[in-house]
Amino acid sequence: MSYSLAELCICASAEAFRGDGEYMVTSIGLVPRLAASLAKSTFEPGLMMTEGEAYLVSEPVPVGPRGDYRPRIEGLMTYERVFDIVNRGLRHAMVTPVQVDRYGQMNISVVGEYDKPKTALLGVRGYPGNTINNANSMFVPSHDTRTFVAGEVDMVGGIGYNPARWPGGVKPPFLDLRRIVSNLAVMDFDGPDNAIRVISLHPGVSFDQVQENTGSELDSIENLGTTPAPTAEQLETLGRLDPHDLRSTIFKGNPPGQPA
Amino acid sequence: MIDKTLSIEEIAAQVESGMTLGIGGWGARRKPMAVIRELLKTDVRDLTVLAYGGPDVGMLAAAGKIRKLVFGFVSMDLVPLENHFRQARQAGAFEVMEVDEGMFQLGLKAAAARLPFLPTRVGFGSDVMTTNPEIKTITSPYDDGEEFVAMPALQADIAICHVNQADVLGNSRITGPDPFFDEWFCRAADRAYLTAEEIVETGAFNDPIAALQMPIERNLVKGVALAPCGAHPTSCGPGYGIDVAHLSAYNGLAKQGLDDYLAEYVTGKDLDAYTVSVGGTDQIRQLPLPVF
Repeated sequence: MSYSLAELCICASAEAFRGDGEYMVTSIGLVPRLAASLAKSTFEPGLMMTEGEAYLVSEPVPVGPRGDYRPRIEGLMTYERVFDIVNRGLRHAMVTPVQVDRYGQMNISVVGEYDKPKTALLGVRGYPGNTINNANSMFVPSHDTRTFVAGEVDMVGGIGYNPARWPGGVKPPFLDLRRIVSNLAVMDFDGPDNAIRVISLHPGVSFDQVQENTGSELDSIENLGTTPAPTAEQLETLGRLDPHDLRSTIFKGNPPGQPA
Repeated sequence: MIDKTLSIEEIAAQVESGMTLGIGGWGARRKPMAVIRELLKTDVRDLTVLAYGGPDVGMLAAAGKIRKLVFGFVSMDLVPLENHFRQARQAGAFEVMEVDEGMFQLGLKAAAARLPFLPTRVGFGSDVMTTNPEIKTITSPYDDGEEFVAMPALQADIAICHVNQADVLGNSRITGPDPFFDEWFCRAADRAYLTAEEIVETGAFNDPIAALQMPIERNLVKGVALAPCGAHPTSCGPGYGIDVAHLSAYNGLAKQGLDDYLAEYVTGKDLDAYTVSVGGTDQIRQLPLPVF
């Protein structure tokens, strides 16, 4: 069965939520959103998620124009309550940072010098709170050394496994970076001292290629294998969750997951 | 009988150079834009602005009105990057206190509770601590002995928010899906001012369900102004959505500055004239509510 690189990434990202039970997922961007929706629709039905604005929904809301579809509300999740659940825990965020470093520290604030940045972006948003309180995963659509930087990111918003920045050198009790899915590979933070570790390579990608496109040294599991292909059931479910095929726009030219 | 009725212009006139101004709403949602446009006409400057920022911050920044910005983000939601803010930020045009969104709320809550700070873990490990050396830490006095960030109070002179309904007493109702942090901006300020889509009789609030949508205590509110479509080009659910076309065009002007925008939409225009210049209230109320 043929599938796209986008679909491969969505299915690999959905795996980040396996075992989360009734966690609330906050998924920023199309791949994270579809990944969480796929996880809830298949192997993690208990996940809590919102329609993207203020209400919890009992089933994932399809992305894009909704036509006659109305979100099935099961509760309220205003921003104030988001901050409450950030502090309480029981939440997993999946985001796309502009930069990420070997510690898993993330940046969406500025590129360049802080006081007069070359590029100002959004600001730290909720990254410091998300990362010190909740499980966090990432989707990175362009795995290169501009994103996976050498050294530290320019402005640390999302915190990571960098003891030099921890108060008293002690790991914050709820820091929990889970998984990075990129256009080349799937990684976790279970290398030595929480180093980034490649756990699978997308079809046709070599470890050397991933390493060359990463600014820091990567670890890898033994017998490194290929990222599992989406199943027929997953692809069918994605068709329902993304009826306008917005996922075909994630990567330029919508490349296949399995190179010809 | 209390009557707090003011005009939009009179609310803007409360803001003086050097003040700290808290602005309600979130990103491109329910921003008190009618008052922001009035401020653009004045010579007020050197403001310290507290906001979950959108085009309110971008316009004030482009007009050179901000001395210091306290923020977690500036974004227009469906138009993610606010180019006027970015331009000014890249030029180092104002001082920044950049904090996590939740820390920001804690700062408002501390001010609202008349406390100097509230403790949190949030901030540790990040450059929020290195870029804001004024943020101090505190050790728990209990057996755990854990160290916490002491998020300082974000006290404002004035808060300005836009709501769906208000009465002349200062009671107000937010009928959109999310009240955001407007109540905390109001409590954190010495004086709060509201603009409202409609001014209603107090009897309109005589409904237990409606009362659940009334987070702002009226004794915080010093003035109320009628401002139909006063959040445009930001949204005011359920009445109207974000004017994405307007915000995209505005965003495209960052390199050249605000002069043409001001000439077309702001200078010499009161809210009625502005509304006509962007297509009229009927057209604004046709703007679809955002789908996220």
